[in-house]
Amino acid sequence: MKGWTAFWNILLKDMRTYYLKPPNISWGLIFPLAWTGMFFIKSGSGLESVLSLLPGVVAISVLFGTTSMLAVTVTFEKKGRSFDRLLLAPIPLELLMLAKTAGAILFGVANAFVPIILALFLADLSHVAWAAVVPAVALIAGTSTFLGLFIAVSVSEIFEAQTFSNFFRFPMIFLCGLFFPIDRLPVFLRPLSYLLPLTYGADILHGAFNARNTLSVSLDFVVLSVFCIFLFAWSLRNIKRKWIL
Amino acid sequence: MKGDAMIAIAVQGLAKRFGEVLAVADVSFEVRQGELFGFLGPNGAGKTTTINMLTGLARPDSGAIRIAGIDCASNPKAAQGLIGVVPDESNLYPELAGFENLCFCAALYGVRKKEREARAHELLETFGLAEAGNRKFAGYSRGMKRKLTIAAGIMHHPKILFLDEPTTGIDVASARQIRQLLAGLNKQGTTIFLTTHYIEEAERLCERIAFIVQGRVVRIDTVANLIEPVKEKHVMLLSVSNSMPEMQEKLTSAFPRLAFQSISDGQIRVESEEPIGVGPLVRFLEDLGVEVAEARRHRPSLEDIFVRITGIEAGAMKKEKEKAGGGA
Repeated sequence: MKGWTAFWNILLKDMRTYYLKPPNISWGLIFPLAWTGMFFIKSGSGLESVLSLLPGVVAISVLFGTTSMLAVTVTFEKKGRSFDRLLLAPIPLELLMLAKTAGAILFGVANAFVPIILALFLADLSHVAWAAVVPAVALIAGTSTFLGLFIAVSVSEIFEAQTFSNFFRFPMIFLCGLFFPIDRLPVFLRPLSYLLPLTYGADILHGAFNARNTLSVSLDFVVLSVFCIFLFAWSLRNIKRKWIL
Repeated sequence: MKGDAMIAIAVQGLAKRFGEVLAVADVSFEVRQGELFGFLGPNGAGKTTTINMLTGLARPDSGAIRIAGIDCASNPKAAQGLIGVVPDESNLYPELAGFENLCFCAALYGVRKKEREARAHELLETFGLAEAGNRKFAGYSRGMKRKLTIAAGIMHHPKILFLDEPTTGIDVASARQIRQLLAGLNKQGTTIFLTTHYIEEAERLCERIAFIVQGRVVRIDTVANLIEPVKEKHVMLLSVSNSMPEMQEKLTSAFPRLAFQSISDGQIRVESEEPIGVGPLVRFLEDLGVEVAEARRHRPSLEDIFVRITGIEAGAMKKEKEKAGGGA
């Protein structure tokens, strides 16, 4: 019970303190919307393209939102040494890091629904398989958050975290089938696509919005879950190794 | 380790290396329950590394730590539940108000909302911060930040409190208030482990003191026992505006019962088993052509013992630390 009191308060504090920080607004909200606008204009096909663009926009909104949030919540507090307070608290490291990442996961989920709500006014979403969209968004948010955690643990400055995040984020925009189908990529790049977690998340979303998934949805969920667990476990290992010297 | 029930902190053979640097080497000591224990040493002596290992922020390369009988290697989180930590930096959350910071810190230890709010109000009052409770921590002065950081460390009523340089870089009035609060906490039964470079602070507050130099504990004893060898000594400090070659030799042959030591440029320390007459000394120096700007009697203190044991000038250590801390 004591652990959950700590969990809840860490989550609340992060949400209140960091959700409106400039990096979260610029990278988490403005950038995905600007990116979408660019694709929308480039497609030239008017409102019909909204539905085909939506899965990609949702996925990058989650990816950029969660990784930006983690760069702020973890890197900023580590730099100011207030993170030491959390490490000194009598709660298991696993629970502590779940509390620290829960705010980012929720932020990612909220980010995902920004383009979806906009699309409600522009296109017919009555056929969308929401039962797949909601867990997919949550899993993409979890995986992206733990990727952000992995990055945040590897650096010491916020700007380094943002830069290092872009090393993963920008290739993912092109390689994960968000806006370009993977089978249209050069053959030598395709194996790389399947090493990136967002490929599986985007595939579920393409299936849910347009019935255009290329892999089995269950396989997508399993692979995303494995990525989630692996990235979280790896980050915990790095925290123990790097931060508890 | 005998009498474990009465031992709050037991450390045996603690060692820590950072690359080529041996930060802490074979450190062993015990702190009794309810004791105020001082850990004194210059910058880089290994004080913070030791505290980090004791509180679970660093892993020892070797050695054993028991907090209230709990083995920290096998059950670090149980030990952390019993302790409060005040780090050398005021590391609360700049975006949160003072009151919110205190409540958040107590929540980390599972303190319920009603209880932590009441405790936060009580501590803000005690530390003279009640009016600043709703202001953001980022806008606090250095002294206020330090006080709030100490308050955050005791929000959950810890049995053992670790304080790393609690009064460094703050004004005299705040430092005095913090010392009074620490003494009060200790009277109420809290075991306190205090690192400081202010020797007079340690002398005033602590029951026992450990001197640590280059990662090794060189002496542990009660303040009374430490001061014993110099208690009866008479010491005088002479400030001279100019010195001359062989001055010390000339003084020694003229006053064979006195011990002279040149402690810095223009400062001579005179030590004797008997009271020292100022007049003959000043006249002798003036006859040599040395002008005496000041002659003052000095009460032998822990500082003399520290200098004797460690070979480190306490004044230099203090200046160095204050320069680093940027405080008054």
